Amino acid sequence: MRITCPHCGPRDLVEFSYHGDATLTRPDSASTDQDVWNAYVYDRANPAGEHREFWQHSGGCRKHLVVTRNTLTHAISGVDFAPGKRTGRKRS
Amino acid sequence: MAEYSAWQVLKNAWRGNTGWKPAWRKPDPKPDYDVVIIGGGGHGLSTAYYLAKNHGIANVAVCEKGWLGSGNIGRNTTIVRSNYLLQGNTPFYEHSMKLWENLSHELNFNVMFSQRGIINLCHTPAQMDDTARRGNAMRLMGVDARMLTPEELGRRMPGLDLSPNARFPILGGLEQPRAGTARHDAVAWGYARAADRRGVDLLENCEVIGFLRDGDRIAGVRTTRGEIRAKKVAVCVAGSTGAVMKLAGIDRLPIESHVLQAFVSESLKPLLDTVVTFGAGHLYISQSDKGGLVFGGDIDGYNTYAQRGNLPIVEDVMAEAVTLFPAAAKVRLLRSWGGIMDMSMDGSPIIATGPLPGMYLNCGWCYGGFKATPASGWCFAHTIAKDEPHPLNEAYSLDRFHRGYVIDEKGQGATPWKH
Repeated sequence: MRITCPHCGPRDLVEFSYHGDATLTRPDSASTDQDVWNAYVYDRANPAGEHREFWQHSGGCRKHLVVTRNTLTHAISGVDFAPGKRTGRKRS
Repeated sequence: MAEYSAWQVLKNAWRGNTGWKPAWRKPDPKPDYDVVIIGGGGHGLSTAYYLAKNHGIANVAVCEKGWLGSGNIGRNTTIVRSNYLLQGNTPFYEHSMKLWENLSHELNFNVMFSQRGIINLCHTPAQMDDTARRGNAMRLMGVDARMLTPEELGRRMPGLDLSPNARFPILGGLEQPRAGTARHDAVAWGYARAADRRGVDLLENCEVIGFLRDGDRIAGVRTTRGEIRAKKVAVCVAGSTGAVMKLAGIDRLPIESHVLQAFVSESLKPLLDTVVTFGAGHLYISQSDKGGLVFGGDIDGYNTYAQRGNLPIVEDVMAEAVTLFPAAAKVRLLRSWGGIMDMSMDGSPIIATGPLPGMYLNCGWCYGGFKATPASGWCFAHTIAKDEPHPLNEAYSLDRFHRGYVIDEKGQGATPWKH
């Protein structure tokens, strides 16, 4: 399996590390709703087919990526940079 | 075993091998059963057997998409052990070990259970302490365990690299002497034949494509061989759990499917008479009776339903095998294959009632399902028959994640690709 990193180009699987399901939305940190947190931490759709997932190009540019991959064939249909989260802090 | 005795083999050879009978019937599905089990692998077949034997429920069908034992029961590295740390796990796996010890007699089928021991190697002082702790926990729960020195390891495994200059020098190991290996296919065949003889219908080429409902209640299955109604439906499909449960409208579970690769080398003269695991990585290796080294390591580490893996893990596993046994560098690989693991969020299995009325779920075996085959069926049969778990599988509930009672043997958290 090769992943085409949008920054570095096609690279071997061994350069990447996996970070799981990218369709989950992290609940608001202030949330105390246990069901919402449990669902986020433990429950997975685990589809047989298209799967959006996080990878990091840890042996390359170290960018976090969102890869769309078919879990039946391993065919990759899309690779994007993972959307960064705005922290609200100004950069100096 | 009398049916396949030396006398029978001779007698049938004399008659041109025309006297052998099929080991189980090939019945057509009946319109309804007391229990339908989805999945004709090791766990499904043992569940059927114990339902009939322990609970007198023989009006049972096992629906198998392919042929019996075509999944992970024939794809594992055949290791049987009960060397766990945590309270929820150890009594269950030790019960399984006790069932293994009598399994060939119980089934009248030689499953070639060989208690050759398993040795977990340690490479750092901290690992020695941690492993001794696990050994002590095992002994407190009535399981055999003992620490071995490097000298003892050298006597036990002459091919092992015990040099202090090794990249990860070996400081000792923990042995469970009663652990061992079994002939995996024979386990499926033995349970299949024994269940069949107690009246269970084994339906091969019978893929479940939907569920029948009676209000909220699951009332049977739609299959490629027609509709089958059942009072109780038990799902026991390992890596396909997500796909099958989606047919029932359950679209989220604490499960991810991952591929685990396994390897066998060409046949060698006796090199290794135990099972040994590498402690500075992940490798488990033994030698089959045929002489091949049977070994495996980590899962590939990304969600997949494909029964094949990628090369980085192959390289990783080979490197670890050669690190332990330098002489293995010259050995050629015979075959490699992959199986789909139902990786749970805490690395421990689920044997429970529900999640829908009339349904029972057995999954989450990660890559430790083979050793559990007897106890999994034994406990699942109890859970189905009594509508409540046996004390041995009480901790393996489906709602333990949301209640905060995870059984995380490795302390890894909800990252199934790292368990």
